[in-house]
Order: sequence, then C-alpha cells, then structure tokens
Amino acid sequence: MTVHADYRLSQLDELEAESLHIFREVAAEFEKPVLMFSGGKDSIVMMRLAEKAFFPAKIPFPVLQVDTGFDFPEVLECRDSWVSRLGVRLIVASVEEAMASGVVVDDGKTSRNRLQTGTLLHAIEQEGFTAAFGGGRRDEEKARAKERVYSHRDEFGQWDPKNQRPELWSLYNGRIHAGEHMRIFPLSNWTELDIWDYIGQENILIPNIYFSHRRRVFARDGMLLTESEFNPLRPGEVAEERTVRFRTVGDLTLTGCVESSAATIPEIIDEISVAVLTERGATRGDDRFSEAAMEDRKREGYF
Amino acid sequence: MVMDLLRFATAGSVDDGKSTLIGRLLLDSKSIFADQLAAVQATSNARGYDYTDLALLTDGLRSEREQGITIDVAYRYFATPNRKFIIADTPGHVQYTRNMVTGASTADLGLVLVDARQGLTEQSRRHAVILSLLRVPHLVLCVNKMDLVEFSQERFNEIHQEFTSFATKLSIPDLTVVPISALQGDNVVNRSDHMPWYEGPSLLHHLENVHVASDRDLVDTRFPVQYVVRPKSDDYHDYRGYAGRVAGGILKPGDEVLVLPSGMTSTIAGIDLFNGELDEAFPPMSVTVRLEDDVDVSRGDMICRPQNAPVPSQDIDAMVCWMSTTPLRPRQKLSIKHTTRTARTLIKDVLYRLDVNSLHRDLETKELTLNEIGRVQLRTTVPLLCDPYEKNRTTGSFILIDEATGVTLGAGMIN
Ligand SMILES: Nc1nc2c(ncn2[C@@H]2O[C@H](COP(=O)(O)OP(=O)(O)O)[C@@H](O)[C@H]2O)c(=O)[nH]1
Repeated sequence: MTVHADYRLSQLDELEAESLHIFREVAAEFEKPVLMFSGGKDSIVMMRLAEKAFFPAKIPFPVLQVDTGFDFPEVLECRDSWVSRLGVRLIVASVEEAMASGVVVDDGKTSRNRLQTGTLLHAIEQEGFTAAFGGGRRDEEKARAKERVYSHRDEFGQWDPKNQRPELWSLYNGRIHAGEHMRIFPLSNWTELDIWDYIGQENILIPNIYFSHRRRVFARDGMLLTESEFNPLRPGEVAEERTVRFRTVGDLTLTGCVESSAATIPEIIDEISVAVLTERGATRGDDRFSEAAMEDRKREGYF
Repeated sequence: MVMDLLRFATAGSVDDGKSTLIGRLLLDSKSIFADQLAAVQATSNARGYDYTDLALLTDGLRSEREQGITIDVAYRYFATPNRKFIIADTPGHVQYTRNMVTGASTADLGLVLVDARQGLTEQSRRHAVILSLLRVPHLVLCVNKMDLVEFSQERFNEIHQEFTSFATKLSIPDLTVVPISALQGDNVVNRSDHMPWYEGPSLLHHLENVHVASDRDLVDTRFPVQYVVRPKSDDYHDYRGYAGRVAGGILKPGDEVLVLPSGMTSTIAGIDLFNGELDEAFPPMSVTVRLEDDVDVSRGDMICRPQNAPVPSQDIDAMVCWMSTTPLRPRQKLSIKHTTRTARTLIKDVLYRLDVNSLHRDLETKELTLNEIGRVQLRTTVPLLCDPYEKNRTTGSFILIDEATGVTLGAGMIN
C-alpha cells in the first residue's frame, strides 16, 4: 500500500478499497453469493480482491465457471491453480451438458458465448444463488457505462436498463424477491489499464496466453483465431505460426489474438497505453454483429 | 508521484456543449481508441458535418432521446499522468434531478456548464444548488461557447459576477470559473490565445491540481463495522477482526475506542490489511480492525473515540431527494439504510419542499413527488449513529427503500 504523506491514497489503492467494501457488503447482506469466474484477467482480479476482503478467513462463497467446451486449456489450468490455492468450491456449469439436457438449444447458429447465458442462469437458479459477482467494467463499452454496481435481475435473469435503482454514495440496496438475483460488479470503476497495473502490482497469476507466444493461427472475419480441433479451417483459410497474445480469453472459436511481442506486464501496459483498438473491438467476434449486441445480451442475463 | 483519483460530476442543459467537452477531454487525454474515433468520424461525415462531432463519443442527451437509450448517469474514465478521473455524466434537465443527485453523491468536484450567449439560466442555478446540497466541495463553472461571443471578457465577467453573487446563498467552499470553447478547445487542455485577459488555469490543469484529500475528515474517527472476520482455522484460531471502510478520522493501534451502540470501550490491537499490519488507517481505506478486549461487536456497530462519537438517535431531520413516482407522505413506513445499519422508519412530517431553482421554501406542501427535495422528519425503529451530512458525507447520508418492492425511493442528507 502506497500512502501519500498527506493521507492520500493512490488511485489503485482507492479502487481496491472500494471493491473490498463491495465484497464485504455482499457477503454480509446476501444469503448465497457466488463469484462468476471465467479464468480471464478481470475475474482473476476479482478473486484476488475477494481473497483480500476476507483475509485471513477463506472466501465465504463458491466460484462458478461456465464451461463452453471450447475453453483454452491454459485458462482452465490457471483456474484450477487459483481454486486450489484459495481452497474455494468450484462449480462448473457445462454448456454441453446444458445442451444435452435441453436447458439450452443449439440451433447451429448461436455462438457458445451466447449459449452460456442460458447455462449460467440455469446454474444460478439450480443452486439458488442470490448474488453473482461479475467482472464487468464500465469502461468496456456504452451499455455498461450506466450499469449499477448492484444490478438487479428479475426472475428470468433479465436486466432492465430503463428501470435501474438509483445508487448513491456507497449505500448499496440489495433487496430482492424470491427467484430474483443481483449481479454485483466490484470492478465497475476500473479501466483496462487499472486491471493491468494491479496485476503487475500484486504479481498475480494469469493465464499465459495473455503474454506473447508462438501459436498457429488463421485469419477469419478480420480476426486471428487459434488453430484448434474445435475450430476446423474453412476452405481458403490457412494456418501459420505467428507471435501473438490474447487480450481477452473466452470461447476459443471466437476469441481473436493480436500480433504482439509483449511478454511482460510492463510491455503489455506499454502496448495498451497506445492501443488503437478497444479491447472488445479488437478481439470479440460476438460483439461485432451489431452495435447494440452487448446491450441485447446483457438484457438477457449475460455476464 | 503517485497517481490519485478525482471523481467529478458534470451537469449542463441540452446543447450547452457538455458532450462536446467530455469528448474533448477524453480525446485530448488519449482515452479514445482508434475504432471509437473512426466510428464518430464516419457518423459525422454521414451527417454532412465539416468537423468531427466529439459529442458522439458519449451519446449526448439528444441522441439518447432520439435513440430511446436510457437517460441516466453514465460513468466515463480518463487519466493524465498524475491523476485518474471518473466522470459521472448526468443529464441536466429538471426531470432528471434524481440522476444529478446520484451523480453528485460521490463527486469531489462538480462541473456546471453554461452557454456564454445565454448566461445563467434557471437550470444552471439548479445545478449549483444540487451540488451545494450534496456538499460537493469544489465547483467549476465553465462558460462555454466563448467563440460565439467573440471571446469577450466583458461577457465573461458579467456571467462570473452573476454566478458569484448567486453562489453566496449556497455553501460552495471552492469556486473556479473558466471561459472555454469546448468545440475549438480553448482553455480546455491548454490556455487559449484567444483570451489573453484570462489569467486562470485551463480546465484540465485545474482538474489535475485541485486538492481533494483535505476534503476528507481526518479528525472525527468513524468506522462502521461491515463484516466480522472469523477464520475458524488452526492458524487463526482466536482471530476476530472487524472489517469496514474508514468513514472518518485516523485509526492507530493503541487508540482507545468506543463501540456504539453498546457503549463498550477497548483499545485497537491491530489494523490488518492483506499485505500486513498498518500503522494507521484513514478514509477511504478498507481495513480490518482487531480489538484488545473480547467485546461483542457486529455489523451495524460503529467504532469511534470515547470523546468523539455520534449521538445515537431515533429522530432524524434530513433533506430528502425523492426518486419515485409515488409521492412521499407523512405516516409512510419505509426501510432505511444508513452506513451498515438497516432499520424501519416512519415519516413523521414533511416540513417544506425546497424549490431548487429559487431556494424558496414551500411550507404548504406536505408531500414530495418525483425529483423533489424537501426537509423531512423521520423516526426510526433503532437508533442510527449519525453525523450531520455537512460534517461527514458517509455517516450523514441514508437511502430509503420500499419495504414491499425493494426499490430505492429516496436519498437523505442529515441536518
Ligand atoms: N461554437 C461552439 N459550439 C459548441 C461549443 N460547444 C458545443 N458546441 C455545439 O453545441 C451543440 C451542442 O453540443 P453538445 O455537446 O451536443 O451539447 P450537450 O447537449 O450539452 O451534450 C453542438 O452542435 C456542438 O457542436 C463551443 O464551444 N462553441
């Protein structure tokens, strides 16, 4: 902790203090919270904050991961190492199982990211979770800029952006009815750069695919995708080895990488500081279908 | 130099240039990425503008209306080398007063925009009133569109004086007035050549340098207990820590403390943070406090000092901003959340409704409707550990919640 001589906190310490407050508030007021863990850098920062919020006690709630079946093995490995170090219970909700049991329907057109929504809501309902921590940040894009830290979900898991509760000071209103739940965004006020600064400051373990490495990739829809058995090449596509890294991690059939030689956190920070594409614009296939794509998915109950 | 944080709220009427100004701050601080800028340029071209409309970066109020997008507080972020900024971008019209109150509640600084051609309007007066009610310690009045009044010093002085004389009726500890052109960038990031008569800082320079740490109360110790940490593990068998966020004062190990409402006293044994123990904790840090004695402390309690503690009270007198379409009336029963304490409350009386445009007190009305602010007396089921809002924005504020629907209905500032 860096303390100014005149009792000022660094902005990162202030963000951390705000997030710890949110974690404790939820743990105190909700019966059954859960932390949604994707294995990506944002959810790992959430894990770290939760670890700090309850130290020296263990995190008093489980961790839920929605497994698309197309996850990067490196990400699952990192997840397992976090879960075992912190001794938290991991619940895996599998999209494939959800499809097999008819919870969600794969019409062949819907992406796995999208099928995650139904799987996630089913898991929340099954386990009776009343609060679910998500790693969303308001700087990510326009739809999120107005979302509350405590974001209410009705019994269908839907968000109503036009009817949000006012949120003042740091007085969060966690009232819900049976069957409803609250999405909690402790990273609301963090930016992408803050996340990286914090990962650097805390020396946090993140999946190695965030760092520059050699990988066989091919171009599709203006993105570089990884070669994989889940992602068969289409006619005309050729895979070749390049030096790349991922800026987000998700369904590997849809998550593009960027050519990069940034192999350390300071190098990544340098790279993003002058980045010419927003995080989502660069590498998320499913946000590009329409400008309003994100807002639509969020209404349905996506992360 | 460590990078610190400034939260500010912006308010302006439609077309005063708020979106243009925010767009420019984001652009000039390089917080805009190429794909965002390209989209904005394309839209500007498609609409036949001969300049890039920076207002498009933030979905101005007008486009929000046109597109039916939610009109609400939007949070935006940018940073310069020494400071990160969080903007609570609030709609300015009277029908969105509650959104402005929301945005102002966490702000260190409020930025009010006026159009140099129009001067002060009813709206800009109301914005200043709300910022002062919410005790936002710093206020900046931006006189925008100076390019449309030939950068006239006389016009600027007129508005400056009019505002200053109005502001004497309010509590605004720090006022700065800056003449700008958001569109052309004059006095936004750099001092303008068009207004050599203006000797103050550019807007960004002011935002970067305004001193906010001293706004926090470092004297009156207030530590609302949020959560009791009990590891029940072999390594920390007897550990019992009280987690919370410092709301006032400086806590140090060895300090004698008073726990409210029980009235028991003890001594701080240690202050824990994940990375180790602290010599002192101050607002707005989140820490865990251990006490020497095995006193019974739980969520909703407050740790303070024996000679300096809030007076527990069940009778609250407060300014309330009402945020619901169903009016607030005497005899209503509601839930109240104050720091980490939740109780039930009865509305005893609505003393007056404040006209936020004229500061006139309407004593006839006995109710508050959506977006109205008034002085209200409440009785709570359990004592609240409160301070006047003007002394402490954390221990002086509360929200009112509908017991049936769970919706937040109002926000209060204790007198
Ligand atoms: N000439 C001039 N026009 C401005 C200035 N600032 C904003 N405008 C224009 O005023 C109009 C309203 O601006 P906008 O930022 O959308 O206002 P908002 O409704 O307050 O967000 C737009 O046409 C802007 O280009 C300025 O400093 N000078």
